[in-house]
Amino acid sequence: MSISILMPALSPTMEVGTVAKWLVKEGDTVRAGDLIAEIETDKATMELEAVDEGTVGRLVVEGGTENVPVNQVIAILLEDGEDAAALMAEASVEASTTAETAAPAAPVEATAPQPVAASIPDDPEFGPDATYTELTVREALRDAMAEEMRRDGDVFLMGEEVAQYQGAYKVSQGLLDEFGPKRVIDTPITEHGFAGLSTGAAFAGLKPIVEFMTFNFAMQAIDHIINSAAKTRYMSGGQVTAPIVFRGPNGPAARVGAQHSQCYAGWYAQVPGLKVIAPYSAADAKGLLKAAIRDPNPVVFLEHELLYGHKFDVPEEDYVLPIGKAKTLREGTDVSLISFAYTVGTALEAADQLAQEGISAEVIDLRTIRPLDTQAIIDTVKKTNRAVVVEQGWATCGVTAELSALIMEEAFDWLDAPVKRIAGADIPMPYAANLEQLATVQVADIVRAAKDVCYRE
Amino acid sequence: MQLSREELLSAYTRMRTIREFEERLNVEFQKGTVPGFIHLYSGQEGIAVGICEHLDEDRDYIGSTHRGHGHCIAKGVDVKGMMAEIYAKSTGVCGGKGGSMHIADLDKGMLGANAIVGGAPPLALGAALTAKTLKTGGVSVPFIGDGAANQGTVAEAMNMACVLNLPMVFMFENNGYAEFTAASYATAGSIEARAKAYGMPGTTVAGDDFFAVHEAAREAIDRARNGGGPSVIEATAYRFHGHFSGDPQVYRSAEELKSVREDHDVLNNFRDRVTEAALLDQQELDAIDAEVLTLMDEAVAEAMAAPDPMPEDLFTDVYNTYQ
Repeated sequence: MSISILMPALSPTMEVGTVAKWLVKEGDTVRAGDLIAEIETDKATMELEAVDEGTVGRLVVEGGTENVPVNQVIAILLEDGEDAAALMAEASVEASTTAETAAPAAPVEATAPQPVAASIPDDPEFGPDATYTELTVREALRDAMAEEMRRDGDVFLMGEEVAQYQGAYKVSQGLLDEFGPKRVIDTPITEHGFAGLSTGAAFAGLKPIVEFMTFNFAMQAIDHIINSAAKTRYMSGGQVTAPIVFRGPNGPAARVGAQHSQCYAGWYAQVPGLKVIAPYSAADAKGLLKAAIRDPNPVVFLEHELLYGHKFDVPEEDYVLPIGKAKTLREGTDVSLISFAYTVGTALEAADQLAQEGISAEVIDLRTIRPLDTQAIIDTVKKTNRAVVVEQGWATCGVTAELSALIMEEAFDWLDAPVKRIAGADIPMPYAANLEQLATVQVADIVRAAKDVCYRE
Repeated sequence: MQLSREELLSAYTRMRTIREFEERLNVEFQKGTVPGFIHLYSGQEGIAVGICEHLDEDRDYIGSTHRGHGHCIAKGVDVKGMMAEIYAKSTGVCGGKGGSMHIADLDKGMLGANAIVGGAPPLALGAALTAKTLKTGGVSVPFIGDGAANQGTVAEAMNMACVLNLPMVFMFENNGYAEFTAASYATAGSIEARAKAYGMPGTTVAGDDFFAVHEAAREAIDRARNGGGPSVIEATAYRFHGHFSGDPQVYRSAEELKSVREDHDVLNNFRDRVTEAALLDQQELDAIDAEVLTLMDEAVAEAMAAPDPMPEDLFTDVYNTYQ
């Protein structure tokens, strides 16, 4: 496969740039780290490094070209043994694919679409012309599944109450009508069984989405999630793969007691072979669920019941987000508030309060828990020198424990205060409202922790 | 139904291959050249082969157990690749990363031996759902011990196979012991009768009679392949060895062990049957035995001489990359 070199985004706001000068010519051999071009933006000139080794096959954009959009292909690298003919063949395939994408949406056909290979771009930037629709997280998740099921006939949804009842939390609304009972399958209340069934279907070539009514019930199924889905690729020496998504609500809801109020992010994030995603916004939920469905690995996709009804702006264009990339939701200089899922909202509220007291908090939404965006975490700590890490799960051996250790190992010299963990209380979730409030992460908890690490009263 | 000469020779060769593979492993394990846990299938060969002789390599799937070598060989997994895998060598079918309890060969429709008791039936169910969805005509067969019969996963899989009308055969091998505990203690009622409770056909056959297994399997697999849904076969099985190689079997009497080997050897029964009926003769069967022994010598020698996995392979095969 040839490697496309894209116009890089050199800042979060950059949309276009200038390829000022090429430092290589077609036919040159480059190694990772070699400087290949100078890129100019309105703010700075930067040097672009090769991230792979290969031969420069084609410089698609000439030196001196201005207004090149971010993510546009600017050059193509050939790997060993590839020649220009292969490059041309690929280019024509790319062109036809692009043409298909641009065509207006065809009516849904009676025959299932054909399976397609996965390819996830970098985090897209939505330009000033992008249009948005306000969607709930629930709708965004449904749209993600519907779009991927239209795209790939091997994708199907299975779980309790997903078909006739349209989902216990109404996430699968309309899917049975559109895709029929062979692709939207109601199961008996049999979590261990259908987690195994779906994993076996993935081994044999389909791409299942498994809905757990809640992740609390997935404890029944954790053997197949870990022993079968996560481990079999390794145990089989790479032969057997499991392109599967395990999704459903995770973490505390409200007033439902201990057996319905647990966050499993830390449990699954510990397992090599799994990827773990836990989005906050509807746009991220949609783009990351689409990425999870396309990912050729088992992905645990943790939703949040209390976010299902929250509305966010979601881009109308077709987009997929990269797994493993955190997002800075609010820039700040005094302290970093790092969290994921529901408590991102709590952290944003805390940042508002802190601003009123003269503390500038940066809010980082991890979005993916495994693989962690280590660089984003280190970068924010180097910038603010103080971190409060927040999760709804238990702190012991939890995600915040991992974050704290990571910051200590990778950014110790930049810390002006010990990292502070804010997590769910170390008890099974109580039922009584007053106790539940004490057991869950509140805005005031984060505000207090942020002041502590800033040594402010 | 009368088997052809070729079918008889194929079945005998497979069963003998399993027997000698296991007996050789037992010897090598006692010598200390084989690591880990080895669960031997000797005595149960007729069940794996009786089923797999009806299965296609490319479209039919099996799910297996910790006692999986026999299932692998019956489904066509390369014997030398298996031996090398058990010796933890880079030439093993899983590159030395799986071992005895995790041998998988997807190209042969072998979904994997599974060290979790009751792990395979739901996975095999998924392969059956895939076969039905993609209309491959494939059938999926999990092998299930009498111990696994009591796992919730098996009950869940039996129910869902019926609810979704999947092309499945649940092949129960009741060898009388769940690890070290007798089925008479740990398994209530009848396994076969559980099929009827789910509304699917069930039958019990003698596992030391290859022909009985083969005939029951033909009926069940044809039914599944033709859209007739899942069914259950329970075979009474005779485990020659302990739970694992080296198990002193204090829970079994000397008389029982003697009887298992002398009265219930599926290979002896097969030989008697085909030679008495003049379908095959002793000399050609002896020739197969000799060939199989030579194959085992080669497999062990090649496995021992093969290189270990490379240290740089440690972190490969965890994640699949985008295509």
